[in-house]
Amino acid sequence: MIPAQFEYARPSSVQEAVRALAEAGEDAKVLAGGQSLIPMLRMRLAVPSTVIDLGGVSDMRGVRDDGDALAIGAMTTYADVIRDPMVREHAPLVVQATETVADRQVRHMGTFGGALAHADPAGDMPSVALALDMMFDIEGPGGRRAVPAGEFFVDYFTSALSPDEILVSVRVPKLPGWGTHYEKFNRVAQAWAIVGVAAAVRRSGDTIEKARIALTNMGPTPVRARGVEEALAGAPATAEALASAAARADEGTAPTGDVSASSEYRSYLATVLTRRAVAAAAGIPQDG
Amino acid sequence: MSRISLKVDGVRYDDDVDPRTLLVHHLREHLGKVGTVVGCDTTNCGACTVLMGGKSVKSCTVLAAQADGQEIETVEGLAGKDGSLHPVQQAFHDSHALQCGYCTPGMIMAAVDLLAENPEPTDDEVREGLEGNLCRCTGYQNIVRAVQDAAAVMRAEVPAPRDAGTEPMEGTRGTTSPAAEEVAR
Repeated sequence: MIPAQFEYARPSSVQEAVRALAEAGEDAKVLAGGQSLIPMLRMRLAVPSTVIDLGGVSDMRGVRDDGDALAIGAMTTYADVIRDPMVREHAPLVVQATETVADRQVRHMGTFGGALAHADPAGDMPSVALALDMMFDIEGPGGRRAVPAGEFFVDYFTSALSPDEILVSVRVPKLPGWGTHYEKFNRVAQAWAIVGVAAAVRRSGDTIEKARIALTNMGPTPVRARGVEEALAGAPATAEALASAAARADEGTAPTGDVSASSEYRSYLATVLTRRAVAAAAGIPQDG
Repeated sequence: MSRISLKVDGVRYDDDVDPRTLLVHHLREHLGKVGTVVGCDTTNCGACTVLMGGKSVKSCTVLAAQADGQEIETVEGLAGKDGSLHPVQQAFHDSHALQCGYCTPGMIMAAVDLLAENPEPTDDEVREGLEGNLCRCTGYQNIVRAVQDAAAVMRAEVPAPRDAGTEPMEGTRGTTSPAAEEVAR
């Protein structure tokens, strides 16, 4: 399968990229690592007039310490995110979830920002972004703006990015004192999540102070499990309290049914995986 | 057309390519590197795996234009100039780590990449490391065995570039290298 013809531009700076995107018009597509876009080009699900390849924008690669947060360049590959000592120290949830994405080859090419901008509801990064309350730095012809994760994911494969904007970097808050865990359910290696749960929990002794839970593939966008978060705030850190809180995981979700799972099964999985994710994040022993 | 310059298996190639050309098609159809095969064409099977800048990638999911300026290594570049097989190739041969052989070029390149990062993997780490490569004859038992055999052979060699030329001194450098790699990790 061969993609349809397109014009190709390889800018070397963010400014050049924004200009090239403006010139190319609405039918242009931005290419990051290409691990989602190239399959779509091959199957001609995407037929852009111009492809703007960000591979030459070296400023968009790498991780920077930004005080209370880490700034991860949108073009940093999954493999480089996993290896980065600052990410490993301050955002272990990002490392853990990234390790579950696809396979080594895809992780060598695929990028952190590309995965987020793609806004695939079955992708692992979007729910992690929600649970950690990441901030998205976006650049367009009008300059730079910042969008919180909670407003970035709009619909299936649709983000808050305008057609003339580029996701430049993502700020990941350091969460000292929080425990985190990503629980993913899939049937075979390298597959997409049937359901995934990203959990960040802060404990104070025997009590859960605060929990942020986000669900993968439980609707058109990643979604916070607000019912569970409410139930956990101030709850004792026990298996019983957790089980009753996790039972609310599917509140406000709209999972679809497909060949991998019915919507009912996804709802059930969300409760089980939420229980496991919070237990692991908060260090609550589980019977089974 | 885009002008690209690649180094493939040690040889430099400058070409004009249609931007939509996939790296695997460029390698096979323009450069004659038919040792790298197209399996599924959907980023699943890994048969087209090559090393780009020393890291494994699925060449059906890279545009040739994206690879501009990069060094590519295919299965055809692994053997020594005298035809001696790379330890991973030799181990796949010795362990009969293939049935139909179609996945083998990609399996071998993925294994080379894995062992460069983790010279002493557990069986589970080998399986996890090769999750991007499918063998539909289900020959995984022998593949894991071959990768472990190759890892053992490579650990006994000096961790220097393969084309370094001189043979390692038996015993001394060979036995200390795994420890040195352990420290490096």
